Amino acid sequence: MADQQPPKDVNGKPQHEQDLGRRNFLKNTGLVAGGLVGGSIFGGLLTGGLDKKNDNIAKNDSNKGIEVTQARQFFTRHQDFKVLNAATEQILPEDELGPGAIKLGVPYYIDKQLAGRWGVNAYDYRQAPYAIDLKAADQTAGPGGEQSILDRGMIFLLGLRKMDEESQKRFEVTFDKATEEQQIEIMTDFEANKVKMKGVKASEYFILLKQATLEGAYCDPLYGGNINMEGWKMKEFPGAVASYANYIESDDFAKLDPVSLRDYQGH
Amino acid sequence: MVKQLKKVDAVIVGSGWVGGIAAAELTKAGYNVVILERGKNKKHEDYIGTKDELRYSKRYDLMQELNKDTITSRNSMSKEAIPVRNNMNARLGNHTGGAGVHWNGIAFRWLPYDFEIYSKTVERYGKDKIPKESTMQDWGITYDELEPYYDQYEKTAAISGEENPIGPPRSDKYPNPPMKETPNIRLFTKATKALGYHPYRIPSANASQTYTNPDGETINGCVYCAFCEEYGCDFGAKADPIGTVLKTAHKTGKMEIRNDAFVNRVSHDGKKANGLIYTDTTTGEEFEQLADIVVLAGFVFTNTKLLLHSKIGQPYDPKTGQGIIGKNFTGHFNNLSTYIGARGFFEDKKFNNFMGAGGMGATIDDFSGDNEDHTNLDFLHGYEVHYSQLGSRPIANNAVPYDTPGWGKEFKKNSIKYYNRNLFITPQSGFLPNKNTYMDLDPIYKDALGNPLLRVTVEYAKQDIARAKAGVARCEEIMKEMGADKMNVDVVKDDTVFDHKFYTDHFFGGAIMGASPKNSAVNTYSQMWDMENLFVVGGSSFPHNSNYNPTVTIGAFAYRAAEGMIKFLKEGGNVAVKPLEKNA
Repeated sequence: MADQQPPKDVNGKPQHEQDLGRRNFLKNTGLVAGGLVGGSIFGGLLTGGLDKKNDNIAKNDSNKGIEVTQARQFFTRHQDFKVLNAATEQILPEDELGPGAIKLGVPYYIDKQLAGRWGVNAYDYRQAPYAIDLKAADQTAGPGGEQSILDRGMIFLLGLRKMDEESQKRFEVTFDKATEEQQIEIMTDFEANKVKMKGVKASEYFILLKQATLEGAYCDPLYGGNINMEGWKMKEFPGAVASYANYIESDDFAKLDPVSLRDYQGH
Repeated sequence: MVKQLKKVDAVIVGSGWVGGIAAAELTKAGYNVVILERGKNKKHEDYIGTKDELRYSKRYDLMQELNKDTITSRNSMSKEAIPVRNNMNARLGNHTGGAGVHWNGIAFRWLPYDFEIYSKTVERYGKDKIPKESTMQDWGITYDELEPYYDQYEKTAAISGEENPIGPPRSDKYPNPPMKETPNIRLFTKATKALGYHPYRIPSANASQTYTNPDGETINGCVYCAFCEEYGCDFGAKADPIGTVLKTAHKTGKMEIRNDAFVNRVSHDGKKANGLIYTDTTTGEEFEQLADIVVLAGFVFTNTKLLLHSKIGQPYDPKTGQGIIGKNFTGHFNNLSTYIGARGFFEDKKFNNFMGAGGMGATIDDFSGDNEDHTNLDFLHGYEVHYSQLGSRPIANNAVPYDTPGWGKEFKKNSIKYYNRNLFITPQSGFLPNKNTYMDLDPIYKDALGNPLLRVTVEYAKQDIARAKAGVARCEEIMKEMGADKMNVDVVKDDTVFDHKFYTDHFFGGAIMGASPKNSAVNTYSQMWDMENLFVVGGSSFPHNSNYNPTVTIGAFAYRAAEGMIKFLKEGGNVAVKPLEKNA
């Protein structure tokens, strides 16, 4: 189980005191992810390589697992993934409370989810006719692209590329290289459905993007997000604790070490 | 080629609470039973060590796979219905134990008023009080007649609770004391008392202590781990069909549960049901399971679809008001009758919101049913205002005050800050049936086996909107008294329409009960008037929706139905002609 000390940086300072601006971090990530630096360093950075506590974890299997699972299964174009990194980080940025979406592993989490059953809407009803082709249909039915013929993987690809396209059109830079203000402007327009997309509403794509970002930040680490349970630590959610019977009646707030499913299942 | 299978005494659709109760009672009485369950084979063992929010709450691991079967939905007869395509909008139980496995465990009885709603309304306010579009009716049974079955269900399901100070009469106390009390619950209780209301603890199926039920099944004491809703219990501490009635039936050696068995229709000759036609979804083979009695114990949608698709009874026609099957669809609707209310944000208090149990909380009944005088109100029926501490999980719970953006820097700060500093109270309200809210078969969309989907049409009536507004206003009053520094209070607009979310799992109607075949599909033993060896049991038989969660009332009617089935197997005929002795 993790200790209750705040995460420390390489100099032994509490991590939140690091002067690592988010935009700066994004820029660095872009470089790293651009292939200039090796994968293990990339993995180390994302899993909190600056975090002293992770030095211990680096020696055991679980961190190795994180490294080898941080490769793209779904996204083939690196540029799509760079846009995803930047967009998720805007939804949940790194700040003094702790890591943002990138450090939490959110982009890789989303990549894995899109490569699986969720990405192809495996358990959803997928029979035609689709409502977007029905003129008289009630368009109020269902959120999140539910009535689109596109599956979630396609919606993500089209959405990320559209965001990149908008950025180049408006600011003459790719989305990941745009400034924070520019990225926020574009994302705000997607959220408000002010950007026209084919096959799905921009607002529906945005709902998916936001939902998936929160999932990646706060899911059990087994899915590749919420790395080192940092999301849970920020929120003071203790995870898969077996029993609260001894705390439930108390007026005091229970500050507990988080427990992952790997810890909980114990095998 | 349909392969006929050897006749059994009873064949049942669905292994949830209703199918389980029927199976337990029939097998104890010596009859052999086959349950056809379309979901997978599940045991308690499947739920050990799986406190996984993503898997169960976001990927809906226990819910009906909509690629096989779903519903279509629309707001009025003039619109085209659209299929509900993903589980975000339809959280319907599946697998062995059905919705009884993933329920929260909130275990209310309904009110005497509910069962005689028409007569009691006319008696107190006169006929003119009933809106023109309303199709509300008495159920053909009184609370007092149903009470012994309530008691039987509560004892089977280890219900933990305390006396409701203004509740209906009980023949016995709850089998277990209420669950532990949290600071959150104490705050709600104190505030509602200060306002002159009558708070009491929500009765729950999350057992407050280890308990052995009358069938000899043990339910463990709850440890408040907060994984109830959408989850199977890690500890066997939430009463569910797997650990109670199905276990009891299994012990007799007279029950078989056949999983992956998707029932297509009831085979019949117009007067008598022969059995059930189903597809083994692992092989695609089709079978006919013959039986002396056929029991539809599926969810509302399943029961109604099977009746319509099997051409049993007269389908309801909203234009003429004729016909019964599909009539009086009601529910707890997402943007109207529950999940709306007041959320309070507290600057200086920090709560253990991540601890809890699905059925843990407190409520007031001062506005439930007809407890409030409706003479000067523009709605009938009411709402119970409750605080429930079912446990906030981190993906789903990111509540922020209204003035916070929905993402970005400020969102992150506030969603983290308030995660353990916000409380939500909701007025769960009744919904009364109207002539334009019903179910029929969809003319376009088909399920995976080529059967038509069920089509749901919902129109909110004025009184339903008015009731919701009154309930939210009460939540605001209480949350203020609880001392919230900031509040998000939901706004119910006059033009609020059904949002096509079938999320609450509380839906009713389609094969409603009554005292006469003129206004009902089944009698109060859930036996079809038109086909005496066919029992259609569950929420489908409820002529309207109360402001309470339904499971205990469904359980009570399932016990009554099982009694009717046994009586029918012994004597035949319409079992409701004369009142039965209990445990006949």
